[in-house]
Amino acid sequence: MAKNNVIGKTEQRWDAIAKVKGQAKFTADFPINHKLHAKILRSTIAHGYVTAYDITEAEQMPGVVKIFLPEDLPQNKFGTAGHPWSMVPAKRDIEDRTLLTRHVRVYGDDIACVVAKTELEAIRALEKIKVTYEKYPVYLTPKAAMADNARRIHEERDNVIADTSVGYGDVAKELKAADYVIKEHFHTPMQQHVHMENQVAVAWQSEDQRWTCISSTQIPYICRRIIGQAVGIPWSQIRVQKPFIGGGFGNKQEVIIEPLVVALSMACGGRPVEMNLTREESIAYTRTRHAIDYDLAVGVNKDGSITAIDCNVYSNQGGYASHGHAIGGKGGTFINALYKTESLRYAAKTIYTNVATAGAMRGYGIPQVMFALESIMDDAAEKIGMDPIDFRIQNRRPEGFLNTLSHVQQFNFKIDKCLEKGREAFHWDEKLQDSLKYKTGSKRRGVGVAGFSYGSGTYPFGLETAGARLTLMPDASFKLMLGATEIGQGADTAFSQMAADTIGVGYDKIIRDAMSDTDIDPFDTGSYASRQTYITGFAVQEAAEKMKQKILKRASEMYDIRPEYMDIVDGNIVYSHNDQKIADLADFAMSSFYDMEHGRAIVAESSVNIHNNSYASGCTLAQVEVDIETGQIELLSVMNVHDSGKIINPILAEGQVDGGMAMGIAYGLSEGVRYNEAGKPLNNNLMDYKIPTTMDLPDLDHTFVESEDPLGPYGNKSLGENPLCSPAAAIRNAVKNATGVAINSNPLASQHVFEQLKQAHVI
Amino acid sequence: MNQTIEFTLNGETMHYSVDVRQSLLELLRDELALTGTKEGCGVGECGACTVIVDGETVDSCIYLAVWADGKTLTTVEGLAAEDGSLSDVQTAYVQDGAVQCGFCIPGMVLSSTQFLEDNPTPTRPEIKRALSGNMCRCTGYQKIVDAVADVAEKRQENADIAPVKFTRHA
Ligand code: FES
Ligand code: FES
Repeated sequence: MAKNNVIGKTEQRWDAIAKVKGQAKFTADFPINHKLHAKILRSTIAHGYVTAYDITEAEQMPGVVKIFLPEDLPQNKFGTAGHPWSMVPAKRDIEDRTLLTRHVRVYGDDIACVVAKTELEAIRALEKIKVTYEKYPVYLTPKAAMADNARRIHEERDNVIADTSVGYGDVAKELKAADYVIKEHFHTPMQQHVHMENQVAVAWQSEDQRWTCISSTQIPYICRRIIGQAVGIPWSQIRVQKPFIGGGFGNKQEVIIEPLVVALSMACGGRPVEMNLTREESIAYTRTRHAIDYDLAVGVNKDGSITAIDCNVYSNQGGYASHGHAIGGKGGTFINALYKTESLRYAAKTIYTNVATAGAMRGYGIPQVMFALESIMDDAAEKIGMDPIDFRIQNRRPEGFLNTLSHVQQFNFKIDKCLEKGREAFHWDEKLQDSLKYKTGSKRRGVGVAGFSYGSGTYPFGLETAGARLTLMPDASFKLMLGATEIGQGADTAFSQMAADTIGVGYDKIIRDAMSDTDIDPFDTGSYASRQTYITGFAVQEAAEKMKQKILKRASEMYDIRPEYMDIVDGNIVYSHNDQKIADLADFAMSSFYDMEHGRAIVAESSVNIHNNSYASGCTLAQVEVDIETGQIELLSVMNVHDSGKIINPILAEGQVDGGMAMGIAYGLSEGVRYNEAGKPLNNNLMDYKIPTTMDLPDLDHTFVESEDPLGPYGNKSLGENPLCSPAAAIRNAVKNATGVAINSNPLASQHVFEQLKQAHVI
Repeated sequence: MNQTIEFTLNGETMHYSVDVRQSLLELLRDELALTGTKEGCGVGECGACTVIVDGETVDSCIYLAVWADGKTLTTVEGLAAEDGSLSDVQTAYVQDGAVQCGFCIPGMVLSSTQFLEDNPTPTRPEIKRALSGNMCRCTGYQKIVDAVADVAEKRQENADIAPVKFTRHA
């Protein structure tokens, strides 16, 4: 728990100055001599086989160093999902790809590669490669890929790569027993991460004859492992370095280009090879959020109680397994976290298709399931004439609920407090009243609410381990080394605050590093699952406590005072009973290095394995104005309320909420990769793929229901992914409140809304 | 084909022989090693490559290097004072929590700087419009717009925003 008032305070993030000055180095900013450039030849069909390549002309192009066909590089199968390696073979991610392939499963598949002296020369050569294809039928949807006569996209397994069912109670019986049954179908779009820095990596043979790869990755240690597996060399022979990274949002929790870049450097005599994806490649040929279809049925009684939640889930995986069923399969747990029900059935299938491979994206399946769940719950409340906030509060899980689908006990779970606080702070009742004045005419107003729940890390499904190292410096600063990755979210600043608080010094005494390095930093699986401040927080806490004990033990030798009589407060060693100063920590630190008798430098390390999880929650409230003549939606106001335990750094937490809300709002209103019938992406650029600009967002409002989580290392729970879980459903519910039309597929772009309003005879 | 151009870059006069096909972004990053200017799309969509040319912001990825001939350029590296202290716009970005991953930030800071020159008393909608060519995926723009509004307000009050120095071990 926080002791020294560093936790909970707004501290300026340590890297902000370098970033406003243009000093901060990202992967493409390192001066590397004699660098070669690699470009991927991408298939121009979505499903088929390359029967022949003609590279004669391409090879003659200026600047070309070498052209690689699939057979020219290692053929080891590997998976790209950024999960820790599993010791249990059955639990490993599906390994279904090779570095390059003749077997095309997605449009833009990696069918060959050119290495040239400049990027332009590589592109020019690509254009001269001639490819002959044998074409197969293209399956864009789970339904098409599941059809009886559908061809297998990967010979070795069925297109349905996973099929699971979890739950309890007798859903069929409970649905029958309910006063009302609401049945609906929902569809969610393929959102793309659009981190402002595209994927980029550079690799070369280092002086020690090993391989160094600088990459814009969220997961340096996992990246090291996957490079080793794909290229077929021991993991120790690879060193991954991660400098500043220009956003990831899950797409860089995938190891997409690094193995290829290392393999190419190997094939080019160890020369540095860089690959820099274009925006068009990054949007269409990396990963997306899974598009998921839900068939949902809810049984509800007139008194507001829920008898059954029945859910059939079809998760569109795209051409390769990547994170696979971990995403579509996860929703049941978080439905169960939110609502009391007599029975629950959550049956999920994940299905290969020929659209872009879906993978991890901020929210990891929860924005999808919350869109469906929070829409149908709103409709259930409406059906029985209950206020949607009251309905949610009435059906909340009680404090301490044991979620049998994950075996996590939900302590300190405050969804009800979020909804209550949101009602107040958003002025829900007033806005509801205001909306009543706009139910006729061309501009209709309405309000909507939606909740969510979210885990802190992956336990009990995944390994949760992290490490930290603190080194005392001669002026009583501390170097903090971590394998956890700062990716823009501010984790490094939060960790520094944690270390400072536990040791008993100011935040400015903790020094972090821009570079994460698998040769140097303690092992940590990286940045995903909103795990870092929670899981790595335990590691920082343990290292800081050890550091403090080591200092006090040495001080005891030096000052001849029993260690238990001493403490460190505000950078001084003091008597713990009255804070009387014994020594300045800086004087002590100098002696810890150079005192003839006592000098030996002090280092403290930790490595933790965490077996707990704290579920967080929250909600979004929104007011919209729908122009029924055009289908245009204006978001008049929007607020997120978060139950994330103790807020470590308010200004950074607000920033996480702002950014997540913006992504969640756009998930509801504008984003999604589109395809033609042949599986060709149609909008893989920033003009046609609509991420919000300043003009597309209202002011983003938010508040926290703060508490000390009993399990979190500093009373904290997850926050990074949470803010984008509920805006889309809140907007959908607000549009329904405004127009009377429930639109169950995202995004609510104007044409789609217009068509739906027309179909419902509103216009 | 190469052409020799002369321009002022962050206060320094430069003569440089450039390939006529080269973009200003390539000149800055690849030849002059000024890597503060970022590339997010290369085709004029995202604004990460924004620089100031003769008092106007341009996307340097779609601005030919030869066009810089005779012009005065400012990149993000040219904003801080000679002693390294930050401009008021940079300072506000830092203090208001407007910086996350930082990839859009050089472009944002330059757009903000030029905009406040052109419009010292902006409204919030005007700030939003002015920054609409700079995409950011991290911040939802909330604190970025706040920072620009802050600078405008403080300049009007004639109050200095205390320049941020590196505070560590002060
Ligand atoms: S890189 Fe120039 S506008 Fe995107
Ligand atoms: S701070 Fe990351 S893109 Fe703007």
